[in-house]
Amino acid sequence: MTSREDVPPELRGGRIGGAHRRVGIHDRLRGVTRFTADLKRPGMLHAKIVRSPHAHARIESIDASDALAMPGVAAVITGRDLPTPYGIIPWTRDETALAVEKALHVGDGVACVAAEDLATAEAAAREIRITWEPLPTLFDPEEALASEVKVNPHCKHGNLTKEVSLAFGDVDAALARAALVVEGEYRFAGTTHAALEPHCALADVDADGLLTVWSTTQVPHYLHRELARVLDRSSRTIRVIQPPLGGGFGGKSEPLDLELCVAKLALVTGRPVRLLYEREEVFYAHRGRHPMVMHHRAGFDAEGHILGVDARSILDGGAYASFGLVTTYYSGQLLCAPYAFPAYRFDSRRAYTNKPACGPKRGHGSVQPRFAMEVQLDKAAHALGIDPIELRRRNAMRADERTVNELQVGSNGFLDCLAAVEAASEWRARRGKLPFGRGLGVAGSTYISGTNYPIYPNDMPQSAVQVTLDRSGRARVFSGASDIGQGSDTLVAVIVAEELGLAIEDVRVLSADSDLCPVDLGAYSSRTTLMVGNACLDAARELAGRVRRSVARAWEIASNRVVLARGCAFDREEPRRAMVLAEAFQLAEAEHGLLSAAGSYRTPTDRHGSYRGGTIGASPAYSFTAHVAEVEVDVETGEVRVERIWCAHDCGRAISRRLVEGQIEGSTYMGVAEALFEEHVIDAAHGGLHAGPSLLDYRLPTAMDTPAIEAIVVEAPDARGPYGAKEAGEGPLHSSIPAVANAIFDAVGIRLDSLPFTPPRVLAAMGSGARREGIAARGSRAAQSTRATPRVSREVPRGGAS
Amino acid sequence: MPRPTLTLTTTLNDREVHVVVEPRTTLLELLRDQLDLVGTKSGCASGDCGACTVQVDGVPVLACLTLAARVDGCSVRTVEGLTGPRGRLLNIFVEHDAAQCGFCTPGLLMQVDHLLRVRPGPLGREEVRAALSGNLCRCTGYEKILDAVIDAATRASEGA
Ligand code: FES
Ligand code: FES
Repeated sequence: MTSREDVPPELRGGRIGGAHRRVGIHDRLRGVTRFTADLKRPGMLHAKIVRSPHAHARIESIDASDALAMPGVAAVITGRDLPTPYGIIPWTRDETALAVEKALHVGDGVACVAAEDLATAEAAAREIRITWEPLPTLFDPEEALASEVKVNPHCKHGNLTKEVSLAFGDVDAALARAALVVEGEYRFAGTTHAALEPHCALADVDADGLLTVWSTTQVPHYLHRELARVLDRSSRTIRVIQPPLGGGFGGKSEPLDLELCVAKLALVTGRPVRLLYEREEVFYAHRGRHPMVMHHRAGFDAEGHILGVDARSILDGGAYASFGLVTTYYSGQLLCAPYAFPAYRFDSRRAYTNKPACGPKRGHGSVQPRFAMEVQLDKAAHALGIDPIELRRRNAMRADERTVNELQVGSNGFLDCLAAVEAASEWRARRGKLPFGRGLGVAGSTYISGTNYPIYPNDMPQSAVQVTLDRSGRARVFSGASDIGQGSDTLVAVIVAEELGLAIEDVRVLSADSDLCPVDLGAYSSRTTLMVGNACLDAARELAGRVRRSVARAWEIASNRVVLARGCAFDREEPRRAMVLAEAFQLAEAEHGLLSAAGSYRTPTDRHGSYRGGTIGASPAYSFTAHVAEVEVDVETGEVRVERIWCAHDCGRAISRRLVEGQIEGSTYMGVAEALFEEHVIDAAHGGLHAGPSLLDYRLPTAMDTPAIEAIVVEAPDARGPYGAKEAGEGPLHSSIPAVANAIFDAVGIRLDSLPFTPPRVLAAMGSGARREGIAARGSRAAQSTRATPRVSREVPRGGAS
Repeated sequence: MPRPTLTLTTTLNDREVHVVVEPRTTLLELLRDQLDLVGTKSGCASGDCGACTVQVDGVPVLACLTLAARVDGCSVRTVEGLTGPRGRLLNIFVEHDAAQCGFCTPGLLMQVDHLLRVRPGPLGREEVRAALSGNLCRCTGYEKILDAVIDAATRASEGA
């Protein structure tokens, strides 16, 4: 069988790398597409969850009799109706649909009412009387780790969700022989996803007992499994459908109370039940980025080569584990690229606290340490008098190299990313020459394209699709993948169209319905393009082969002469001999029977570390990113504006160029938001209330707050990706934040090691004069300030004052 | 006890409708729940996101903050009413890939449709940023939205 590469370009579809209209986009814009909250069922009840006003309190009693007596109230359930613990990670099943014995944070669900309309459900919820016995609260992770008070009753080790300690090479020796050791403590505030569409779920049971749950989930398969567990039903009797989704970013990547409650209430009442979160509830459901305190030490030789890195982190996990076991690993495991260094050690501990649970947000667990690492590199570059891009270049790892923690990197376009942002920002001409208050900063990063090992151990493929060709000349693709706005349906259509020579409009994608589609693990860890893409290639190439053989037989030529492109089958040696695809499909169907093929993708099992935990962070392929940010700091008000930000991202191959650009732009925007504005604050002084659970107080950037973003696509094709493609959805967030931090230093000479960089923090740092950088330099190599503006940099000789 | 109601008449997407609402019913609830015009989205129900933007007598308003009673005798346009020449804007958004999940887009389109009418002629990027600052988008970083709006303004002023 010939591969696409053998096909002359004029006969190829030429879709790969093009700009495509998104599948289904017109209907989304016309307002015709039904998102979950737009669905209605006859006789539908509305549900409302009663939530805890306490951050930690034992439930003494719940009296729902008044509520149940209200006209229009259909049912009330409490934690005792759904007592089975569940959790996205099988080793940490530590939550229940509603609190059973005690509430663990403000906003924890306690009871759920279903009524004829929402107003009645809300009124009834207020009539449910709960007597509480308040318990001591823990809001600080370090305090929680030392405390006798236990937050989560399912935790096996006090308040420690997980501790990971791993060491590779001799870090102590590396730091001892370093010409320069940079040491710093970095604080990352928690942030949340704030997808514009609030969470919603709808459940209905049919006469045969099939329970259907429509949900704004980005992981329908995991929801399916946990529904079966908690409801104690066979998964055969449950159907999960993910309607078109209004953004996810990780905030919809695990089952939550709403899905379990509507399912139970539908079973109890025999009627459809819907629950739509209020915006405030979305903030309390959270599962956002963990606040982290990170203590980093990095040793360098005089030329700026990294000799060793030592990282210690504390993660504030909130009341439940969520993905926390994995987050704890990610907080260290993904730091060993894009730079090669011989010694690395990390110790990360995740604590339970009485706050809404943290989980995965775009760039799960690795955005925080990336901030620390890249600011450390900037401090080293400054101390050693090396251009920060040059320092990164000197340390860049090569393609097909193993990291010090034994992760196998494949293709690597990092140097091209650096070169691209250096050129686009006119770094050489401008850095150090801008007026005081203006500056440029750089940072780099890497990310996974899915994980080699799934969340629950099993040997089945991680992604699968079924493709069927019909007599009209169309393809139908049944795919379990979740299009959450990132465009996975479009990607599926483009690949299948390319392989079969079809117009994209002639590929119909049916996705994320457990009754129709094979299992896919969902939209997380940037796995979709690589894994679903490969599954599509698998199925589509199989079908293309059948069609070409049938056409070849009809034309009495060798099948490798038959090319499927532009809606036709061609003879590549005599291109005027052609047949429209509908006819070709009919020929093939006559010969082979229904043209249907399943395609699957299995992750490699030979590409991970040989130690316990070495499978976490192991991915089929790694993406690379570099950012340069240009900032303006108002020294009077402390306001930082990011004027422009350039992002070059190596996605292997941009299958659909605008989709990739959109991911780069959206990721970079979200990173700038975390750098300057957003902070998910749980206020200990007010008993664990959220400090501003609205889209106004949470300070999402508007179009006016968002910088000009220049997305640059870099392509270093990876042998394991479809057409060489790697991820683009999460990697391009990482380095945006440290690039802003480093630009602020370039602009005004201050280091802000705590996020976000708000005006009070900027003013405080400016007021205190130059901050000590925690830098110990051996010998007399002084930092060179290349700027006309005086800039204080204090390198402390090793053993000197600290 | 039956809740009090009131009857109102409004021109909705160029067609006259008579509806019965409760005094507290918002325009957003009227559109989405009673009339099943679900193109108008609810992102916050508290006036912070702009997803619910519709036009009342040609002016953008937040449907979540507007009582239904207020549109009695008015003309209301929602995204479902962006048809005919007004529908060109949708195509331009599609051409520029200005929507990812599309949840913010119906509200944005109503805002942009108004902008293009009150501010004819080519638009500058900063001007568009300011005009759209009441409409949050969480997916796109706004770049492609700005491209689309600027292009739409240019094309409109060229009579294309
Ligand atoms: S729903 Fe009206 S402004 Fe958000
Ligand atoms: S496209 Fe998703 S919120 Fe704007």
